[in-house]
Amino acid sequence: MIADVLFGLMSIVLGIAASYGLYWGLDRLVNLTPEHIQKKIRALAYLLPAAVLLSLVLIVPLIQTFVYSFMNQAGKKWVGLDNYIELFTDPQFLSILFNNFLWVAIVPAFTVAAGLLVATLTNQVGPTREKIFKSLIFMPMSISFVSAATIWQFIYIDVPPGRPEIGLLNAIVRALGGEAQSWMLMTEFRLNSLLLMVIIIWLQTGFSMVLISSAIKGVPEETIEAARVDGANSVQLFWRIVLPQIWGTVMSVFVTTLITVMKIFDIVLAMTGGAFDTSVLGFQFYQEYFLNANVGAASAIVTILTLLIVPLMYIQIRTVRQQESLR
Amino acid sequence: MKTFFQRLRDFKLGSTLLLILLVAIWSIPTIGLLVTAFRSKDSAANSGWWTALADPLGQDWSIEAFNTVLSRDDMFGSFVNTVVVAVPSTVLPILIAAFAAYAFTFIEFRGREIYFAIVVALMVVPLQAALVPVVRGLRAIKETTGISLMGNYPGAWLMHAAFALPLAIYILRNYMMTLPMALIEAARIDGASWYQIFWKLVMPMSVPALASFAIFQFLWVWNDYLIAFIFVDSKPVMTYRLLRLLGQYGDGWQNVAAGSFISLIVPLIVFFALQRFFVRGLTAGSVK
Repeated sequence: MIADVLFGLMSIVLGIAASYGLYWGLDRLVNLTPEHIQKKIRALAYLLPAAVLLSLVLIVPLIQTFVYSFMNQAGKKWVGLDNYIELFTDPQFLSILFNNFLWVAIVPAFTVAAGLLVATLTNQVGPTREKIFKSLIFMPMSISFVSAATIWQFIYIDVPPGRPEIGLLNAIVRALGGEAQSWMLMTEFRLNSLLLMVIIIWLQTGFSMVLISSAIKGVPEETIEAARVDGANSVQLFWRIVLPQIWGTVMSVFVTTLITVMKIFDIVLAMTGGAFDTSVLGFQFYQEYFLNANVGAASAIVTILTLLIVPLMYIQIRTVRQQESLR
Repeated sequence: MKTFFQRLRDFKLGSTLLLILLVAIWSIPTIGLLVTAFRSKDSAANSGWWTALADPLGQDWSIEAFNTVLSRDDMFGSFVNTVVVAVPSTVLPILIAAFAAYAFTFIEFRGREIYFAIVVALMVVPLQAALVPVVRGLRAIKETTGISLMGNYPGAWLMHAAFALPLAIYILRNYMMTLPMALIEAARIDGASWYQIFWKLVMPMSVPALASFAIFQFLWVWNDYLIAFIFVDSKPVMTYRLLRLLGQYGDGWQNVAAGSFISLIVPLIVFFALQRFFVRGLTAGSVK
């Protein structure tokens, strides 16, 4: 164990020294070239290490994954579109796609709404209370999906009949005269998936609150004063004056949450292991690759996921451009 | 003189009450975990955790669960493993990202816009999309050269560092764009080289952004399951161990709670101590 720590420390020192040396060397090499060439290649030299790393670990593998999606289980023989045909004719996979659709349709909207609500409320109560309330809502952002799953067990857990309830949800249901349920097994109306979504909304609201709150603070005071003078009440103030001015941030939070939710994986793994109709694309990839050792199918699934994210990628790039042109 | 009602209105009673309600709902799950971690096996199995809150003095509080998970389940070893995975994964990408961001921000070159658009695009690509070929590649390297990057720390460092680059470059460039351009131009006129400007001006001025990224990345790696599961399976990290514990809930929920508690401590400390930086990192990198 001490050896592990020493190895880690040594690697940090070596890593820093090596990367320092690398850039120093690159800069020296550039300096050896004639002036007019230096101008052209200096930036590229500074970008080179990042570009190499990104190519090796992200860009080239992305293309390879796309290629593998047309190959068989072992990833060695061409099978054309077979993987895709198999997936799209498999009711179970269609159910997975439907789950992803539900996640995307529900979670971002609720996360943004909850963030807006908390941000608006905390903006009214003065700095001390604002800080405390925000910290507590934001806290789940710092913990892992696996930890979140363990935390929510103490809400969702069900016990065999006759045992005392130790899950809060069932205790509440019983107290209200209802019948205890095995929540994670409830596939009707995808109730179990909806309960998983609650966890992510719980996790992500802090993020949405923080961004929206800082946008609200950026709304010019004059616009609010002017509306007040004209006799607007606080509801009108919010809908007509504040919301339109922070709309860009709201949309950006929405899209960011959407992307997070598209890739959702850990929470499904930890809560249900993908059983009882709760699987999603991110989890199904894990299932096919690590448990079924099916390279072709796993690659096809993750290619579909990536293709679904591409339009969002386009929106993000556009948002970045807009933000920059405002500067 | 303010009347009583004016004071009441200034106090924002309605908003405060509503917020207290929301915060209570938000905190209930975490409280359940914290309470259960300190209960004995019997009481955790035989009564709801909320009953312990109703009668805190009549409980047989216990730290037995912590003993169990730290020694029997080697949560302590996992804690060390997680630190050894997380710290280098946080430190190593910083310089690489900083140089790239510097080039993107201050140096004119052909294709700058396109390259940067690629970086932004890579931020949102699911990392699962790269995993199969990377794993195969590392296996091939092992077969041909005997160097194994799988199963131990370096593989995870490499992956985390590389996957962090797009976000790091994005955050740092956003920040560097706010630095005074005139200062850099003045340094150029005084004859400073681009390399000197990077070390003497840009890096020192970018410390807040570097800190934001470092905290963001540290928490990200600390909380990661997938990369650790694939690349450091011989040195299980805490998320991995916690998932196992969750599978053994038959041994008692107090163990699950205690294990989770141990894995939460560091993120919570980092979060409450450095919240300002974390929030800034989040705001700056809100595209991921």
